[in-house]
Amino acid sequence: MTLTDLEPGSAAGGYEGHLLDVSGLSVEFRTREGVARAVSNVSFTLDEGETLAILGESGCGKSVTAQAIMGILDTPPGFVTAGSVVFRGTDLLTLPEDERRKYRGDRISMIFQDALSALNPVYTVGRQLGEMFTTHRGLSRADAKTQAIELMDQVRIPAARERVNDYPHQFSGGMRQRIMIAMALALDPDIVIADEPTTALDVTVQAQIMELLAEQQAERNMGLILITHDLGVVADVADKITVMYAGQVVEQSPIAELYAHPLHPYSRGLLNSIPRIDHKGEVLYAIKGLPPNLTRIPPGCSFAPRCDFAQDRCREGDPPPLRVIEDERRSACHFTEELRDAAH
Amino acid sequence: MSDPASGMQAAAEVPEFERRFSGAVGGPDDVGKPRSLWTDAWDDLKHSKIFWIGLVLVTLVVVMALVPALFMIFSPNKDPRFCDLAFSRQPPSSSAWFGYDTQGCDVYARTIYGARPSIMVGVLTTIFAVSVGGAMGIVGGYYGGWRDSVTSRVTEIFFAIPLLLGGVLVLTSFPSGATTEIASVMKVVLALGILAWTSITRIMRSSVIQVKNADFVQAAKALGAPGGRVIRSHILPNSLAPVIVVAVISLGGYIAAEATLSFLGIGLQPPAISWGIAISDAARYVRVAPHMLFFPAVFLSITVLAFIMLGDAVRDALDPKLR
Repeated sequence: MTLTDLEPGSAAGGYEGHLLDVSGLSVEFRTREGVARAVSNVSFTLDEGETLAILGESGCGKSVTAQAIMGILDTPPGFVTAGSVVFRGTDLLTLPEDERRKYRGDRISMIFQDALSALNPVYTVGRQLGEMFTTHRGLSRADAKTQAIELMDQVRIPAARERVNDYPHQFSGGMRQRIMIAMALALDPDIVIADEPTTALDVTVQAQIMELLAEQQAERNMGLILITHDLGVVADVADKITVMYAGQVVEQSPIAELYAHPLHPYSRGLLNSIPRIDHKGEVLYAIKGLPPNLTRIPPGCSFAPRCDFAQDRCREGDPPPLRVIEDERRSACHFTEELRDAAH
Repeated sequence: MSDPASGMQAAAEVPEFERRFSGAVGGPDDVGKPRSLWTDAWDDLKHSKIFWIGLVLVTLVVVMALVPALFMIFSPNKDPRFCDLAFSRQPPSSSAWFGYDTQGCDVYARTIYGARPSIMVGVLTTIFAVSVGGAMGIVGGYYGGWRDSVTSRVTEIFFAIPLLLGGVLVLTSFPSGATTEIASVMKVVLALGILAWTSITRIMRSSVIQVKNADFVQAAKALGAPGGRVIRSHILPNSLAPVIVVAVISLGGYIAAEATLSFLGIGLQPPAISWGIAISDAARYVRVAPHMLFFPAVFLSITVLAFIMLGDAVRDALDPKLR
């Protein structure tokens, strides 16, 4: 086996186009209670060195989208029913499992929310980091360990040489997340998907971890997909943002524009519910109600029951399509223009 | 772009450091001694009286099974197969510590030598049950779906038959042609093993299902670990603890079952020497020569008890909620 075989992405190195092009991705879960449409018709692109934030409440399909891209969806009950995930010209969804596995961890990698449960408790962190090199690169255990120490240095874990033989629970939360990041970066992937990477951490550590992620991304020029429910986390690092609600994309926009004037009522609600120092003493805004049950998404716009601007036409027919509003800005609301003009 | 070649080169440059490094670890400095489920359990076990009593007794019996001659050094009669009818049923004395049985054989010698078949049946049945049951449990638990349905139903069918009844059925349906001790032991092992694996399957299955949903399994998959590796290095080590506990406890049960089958005359067959056979022979003379029954029965009870104590202690140590 040559190195090229181990590194599937390199074959398409000359590919001109988006690094990752997800289009029309739909995922459903077939459960006893019925079919839950967890992700419907989600499309976005990602380029080298770019950071895309996927934002939404719990249960809106962010993580399922990530799992579908990675190909680690639990099947059954989850099924990808439509769409394509094109990585450098190769549609990952059509690859046989054996081929696809070579991309996982190697070209496209993932960081999980809770590093304590995402690391195997019975092995030292050195061994788990080293496993990346032994499975994908065929290095010996000893060589893999040397690489593991180097990686731990890169994510700035103090005394990496001494700590390489420690178990995950002997590290603090922030250090554990650094190890998780080191693991994801081990093989120099082209894309890293970070699923709520800072949610389990306290605020000061959150900032350090985001900084580390941004710095590593810049250094390696990789694409980063940042999945989060926290608008505050993404503000500094993301280039563009995709807002999801009930499995659908409701708004896509460069990050600064979205913060300046959100086009969709849902994005607007999310922005308004960030606590702000100058609003001290006021009641914090909250979007009323709960996201719909994904097995019974209402007709029309799925956000209509919670929307302050909803009219009769929002509650019937097909959901409003995702329309191009301005340059690189898309919104799925009948009243996008009114909302935008009112804000101006 | 990633460049594995430079990574390899870097790796090749540092093996010397690596060698020194791995030599340094595990030195006298154990401040940062790694703690895991198993080291925690060991810390717990060290302070458990039950564990040490169980361990000492089990070690004693295992040594007895491996080198019975060791226990015969000071015994007046050293050969368990040397019998003299003139001594038939004589009570314990300085010339025969445990007395003589009906055939005039030394009860002490026969009791010591009887440990080997009992332990062999126990250990081999456990190995059989753990490998078959464990494999079934992993397949059912990890893959789920129709594989789970098939393994679960098959397990339930076998589970419905009581161990001893099944052993009796198998051994009476296929009467012995076996003459050597090994062949006769293997027959009992198969008769017990064919039913014993079901409890291991159930425990393994539920344990695997629990671990399978853990984030680290998902993470391993997301980072490209192949299916076999996920099972081997992530699922197995994290789901083995309850299986080990049940296996050790049931090992005692298998030894008891062997004795029962031998007592009924369908387990091990003479000329094999075993506690079950000795108890069976002695039962008829319990009033005239109680020592014939007493000694093998006590050895059997203590052995079974020792394994159960050991299993119990390990279970308590592995259960963090009991700490």
